[in-house]
Amino acid sequence: MNSTLLRTTAVRSALRAAAPKASTRAGLAGTTFVRGKATLPDLPYDYGALEPSISGKIMELHHKNHHNTYVTSYNNFTEQMAEAEHKSDIAAKIALQPLINFHGGGHLNHSLFWENLAPTSQGGGEPPSGPLAQAINDGYGSLDAMKEKFNTALAGIQGSGWAWLVQDTQTGNVMIQTYANQDPVVGRFRPILGIDAWEHAYYLQYQNRKAEYFKAIWDVINWKAAGKRFK
Amino acid sequence: MRGSSGVAATFWSFLSISSSVLALEQQPFQFEAMSVPTYTLPPLPYAYDALEPHISAQIMELHHGKHHQTYITNLNAALKSQAEAVHAADITTQVALQQGIKFNAGGHINHSLFWQNLAPASSVDAKSSAAPKLLKQIQATWGDEAKFKEAFNAALLGIQGSGWGWLIKVETGKEQRLAIVTTKDQDPVVGKGEVPIFGVDMWEHAYYLQYLNGKAAYVQNIWNVINWKTAEERFLGTRADAFKVLKASI
Ligand SMILES: [Fe+2]
Ligand SMILES: [Fe+2]
Repeated sequence: MNSTLLRTTAVRSALRAAAPKASTRAGLAGTTFVRGKATLPDLPYDYGALEPSISGKIMELHHKNHHNTYVTSYNNFTEQMAEAEHKSDIAAKIALQPLINFHGGGHLNHSLFWENLAPTSQGGGEPPSGPLAQAINDGYGSLDAMKEKFNTALAGIQGSGWAWLVQDTQTGNVMIQTYANQDPVVGRFRPILGIDAWEHAYYLQYQNRKAEYFKAIWDVINWKAAGKRFK
Repeated sequence: MRGSSGVAATFWSFLSISSSVLALEQQPFQFEAMSVPTYTLPPLPYAYDALEPHISAQIMELHHGKHHQTYITNLNAALKSQAEAVHAADITTQVALQQGIKFNAGGHINHSLFWQNLAPASSVDAKSSAAPKLLKQIQATWGDEAKFKEAFNAALLGIQGSGWGWLIKVETGKEQRLAIVTTKDQDPVVGKGEVPIFGVDMWEHAYYLQYLNGKAAYVQNIWNVINWKTAEERFLGTRADAFKVLKASI
């Protein structure tokens, strides 16, 4: 697995499931196995398992098509980056950076997203407990107050992007941040819980009524997974 | 209004203007009434299903009736808040409102231009022969129409996230050139000397119900419904002409 993918333990754990599949899938496809390639992680639940909050059709397209495109594009541009590196082509390397940020970010974000969702039968929507619950109460007064602010942040995204509950690694506090397009949560902030606000995440079911999607998704939030990311 | 004959008439009545706008212009210092321009949704110059099969009626109806309307509703609210902040000499609120005004006004401007630069595939306006002078400069710039479309499509598909692709004319003194530009989210084409000729909406809401993640097919098919007659008019006109439709309601 590519070391650049392993910047946080949260990301590592989200991507872990995908690692052993690399050789199998590549082998089945008849291509040469290349060490360190990103692969599409399996969903930890069925496509239809998040209904009625998120339809099975959305989940299938979102995972199998959108996420997979980020994976293949990321691998493609990473390969080009290695080539540019080999040739010491600085201009090419710089030109590839936004593409790697976008497609690599798309891969990271979606990998974390699938993991921080769960069907209600598997604990989806059950409120957080332990240190994360404490941190949310300390920062926002209550879980409901945090959700309300989170939904306001989601609604305020102008264009495509994500809203995240993040942990500030300097202070340990949790806070809500929005990120444009596929900008990943890296650096000072640790991703705890992400919600995809791209139109492809809800349009087939909710069309322009995105506030309904933002409201419904809390029923399938996997707070247990989010809690494991919190340090 | 249907078909090509309606386009010119629609051009002038495109954005309705509330009487309060004129009142504000005539009496700019009478803030008591707190009158601000109220923008309203321009009617489409064709029916919702007129762009089928390339853009479905369902997409058009949601896109025009809901998405475009929301930009206008939010723009009107932001402009009202801005007028109040100006009246109260509240400069921090005015600054805080700017991004929302840019986004929602951009959404209104972009979609208004977009509806006009589309036409039913069966109409003569949807043939590039309706834009002889523009086509000549396209050929001079990109070699031929096919190469231009290829470059335009590549630009559209290279957009990361939501945004638009535009063919623009850039006027620099007596010189003018054509360029393909992309803008993020709802940023409008309002740079110095820039005249938008036609735009393509690359937000997912513009194609998702019909094309799902297959945006390359949307980008291919949109060429069947580009209104080259409008494009020629914008190309031959001035920057002020292109925006006349919007300026009328300021
Ligand atoms: Fe997504
Ligand atoms: Fe749009």
